[in-house]
Amino acid sequence: MDYIIKSAHVIDPKNNIDDVLDVLIEKKFITKIDKNINSSSAKEIDANGLYLFPGLVDLHAHFRDPGFEYKETIESGAKAAFHGGFVGCVSMANTQPVCDNPSVVETILKKAQHINFSIFPCGTVTKGGEGSELSEMADLRAAGCLAVSDDGNSVADILVQRRALEYASMLGLLIMIHAEDKQLSKNGLINEGLVSTRLGLRGIPNAAEDVMVARDIELVKLTGAPIHFQHVSTRRAVELIGEAKKAGLPVTAEATPHHCTLIDEDIVTYNTNFKINPPLRSIDDRDAIVRGLEMNIIDAIATDHAPHQDVEKDIEFDKALFGTTGLETALAVILTYFYHKNILSLQDIVKKMSLNPQSILGLSDFAEVKKDIEANLVLVDINKEWTVEKKSFVSKSKNSCFLGKKLKGKVAATICKGILHLF
Amino acid sequence: MKKIRWKQKHLLGLKDLTANEIVTILDTAKSFVEISERAIKKVPTLRGKTVCNFFFEPSTRTRASFEIAEKRLSADSLNFAGSSSSLVKGESIKDAARNIEALKVDMIVIRHSSSGVPHQLSHYVNAGIINAGDGINEHPTQALLDMFTLREKKGDLKGLKVSFIGDILHSRVARSNIWGLTKLGADITICGPRTLIPRDVDKLGVRVTNNLMEAIEGADALNLLRIQFERQSEIFFPSIREYRQTFQVNKDVLKKAKKDVIIMHPGPINRDVELANDVADGKHSVILDQVTNGIAVRMAVLYLLSGTKQQLSLEESE
Repeated sequence: MDYIIKSAHVIDPKNNIDDVLDVLIEKKFITKIDKNINSSSAKEIDANGLYLFPGLVDLHAHFRDPGFEYKETIESGAKAAFHGGFVGCVSMANTQPVCDNPSVVETILKKAQHINFSIFPCGTVTKGGEGSELSEMADLRAAGCLAVSDDGNSVADILVQRRALEYASMLGLLIMIHAEDKQLSKNGLINEGLVSTRLGLRGIPNAAEDVMVARDIELVKLTGAPIHFQHVSTRRAVELIGEAKKAGLPVTAEATPHHCTLIDEDIVTYNTNFKINPPLRSIDDRDAIVRGLEMNIIDAIATDHAPHQDVEKDIEFDKALFGTTGLETALAVILTYFYHKNILSLQDIVKKMSLNPQSILGLSDFAEVKKDIEANLVLVDINKEWTVEKKSFVSKSKNSCFLGKKLKGKVAATICKGILHLF
Repeated sequence: MKKIRWKQKHLLGLKDLTANEIVTILDTAKSFVEISERAIKKVPTLRGKTVCNFFFEPSTRTRASFEIAEKRLSADSLNFAGSSSSLVKGESIKDAARNIEALKVDMIVIRHSSSGVPHQLSHYVNAGIINAGDGINEHPTQALLDMFTLREKKGDLKGLKVSFIGDILHSRVARSNIWGLTKLGADITICGPRTLIPRDVDKLGVRVTNNLMEAIEGADALNLLRIQFERQSEIFFPSIREYRQTFQVNKDVLKKAKKDVIIMHPGPINRDVELANDVADGKHSVILDQVTNGIAVRMAVLYLLSGTKQQLSLEESE
């Protein structure tokens, strides 16, 4: 089916668009962007008062498929993505089996293709994500991986990390880094500080992240290989990344919606939806992350969508699994906390949530408001207010740290691979 | 004269109580002391109420103390222990608690190795929850009996100098005492190896020192905390030998203490580790008084939380 989006306020800084326009989508491709387009065959979507952005791209999501389909499948994850305005996601490799070989990559790609969604599977850096032997990265690259990461299992052995960086850079594979020293964070549940002392929960010090960010920046100097830091949570990490960028090193970084809005003091009860790794930090860290977004030290906002079921979450705090879902709340959270508070412009948000992630992955002509490319777009009502409730979610899992929050901004429709998903 | 109305349904921790509420418990406990001294140690106050002691972590004295308190108040009590309950079969804590509640239990006394479990249960069930120790978070009835003992021996808690010595990091007893005593205006010092002092604990209004003599000099009471050998895999100090040399309270170090200092310990004691044998049994020790006072304090808590209006009328001037 063909569509004509009427009178949307289109924002795409990459293509220098900031205007009320019509967009014609024919045979899944954008064929015309102009004022007052008329078409007799295309279905008209009245977008008066709505904004049209390039579709959002998430650098960090856990789709749990294959292996943990009870938490999320590629299909349910894709539905959640559409609901949140995402047209493409990088899937993390901690599936079962682990995504450390081409057959898992191919399975994921096939499932995504089947439902007309774009997943960019992340392979592992090391076999099994176990940190000792390198994955067969050339194979992973050939199968379609754009990036590799051991995510939650930081590569502890610095020599393995050095070799991984050298080898991956040879293949044009980006290494994404979950910076955590597992010894320093051992047994930790939340940020180490007054709150962990008050609640009697073991702490994870900032240093667990800071030392690994510092270490890996030194390895970038040594190897020249590009790296991307995932879910930055500390002030010092922001500073180190800022210094590295100033020195011209090929370093990029993401922050999650929860790390740039919530803090450890929000954990007043033992609500395990706030048990997240890296943990929600102090107000000082949170403010540094926001500043990092403003200063473009942090390039992207990524969700770290981590679906879990009640049996893994609604239990003792120390036994509950780490993580919060994010795909369906990310844009609304960012609009609420940053656009509506005049901290980020819509242009900034489009960059952080769509254009920059695409350039970090090396994608071109993927999600833009541009003629002759497949339509990957999102229509947003930036003023619609809603409250996050369990029933708001289409994801299989409801473990959101934003439950109960009132947000302003909601996705009205997502067009992914030329197919319309209307909400 | 104004009648104090007890409003709390649960006792999750002293962090959540007001100074007035803490004083109410301590005053109420005073009126229960005498019951345990009678020939027939039983009153009908909680007759017809059912209390479940839900212990997921080994405990001898706390559980025995609660059981005796329940029995002396004529409550029907029932015990679930971690090893014998279905929890080992993989049942969740939420299901286990709901099942117990389906047995029409009025109050649940819970001990669990995970911090926050009593708080979580209070969202799941309608029964009143009494925290009998959760992870490294709180042990409110222990702190209350410590405060009761301090009042009994020293009078007003305001301005009283109390030092906690030992493993503060893993001590729920210390945490509850810090909440309770600071609310009542006591002057707290905590002392231990730097590795066993919780981060930012000074922001809770306590003095922190790593020097044992600083904790002892001028203190009205010393509360010794158990060194937990089982945590030694994590390397918090080099050896028991060195710990003893640096932090043990013994006759020698007590020479610098106030003449009438009292020595407390929540038990079980590692004799000759944190506390020298002769001091544990010496004239300063009030350790067994603490145990006895625990009954009255727990009776008071059970009584107040039960919502029973009969038998006792609590009066306090405004």
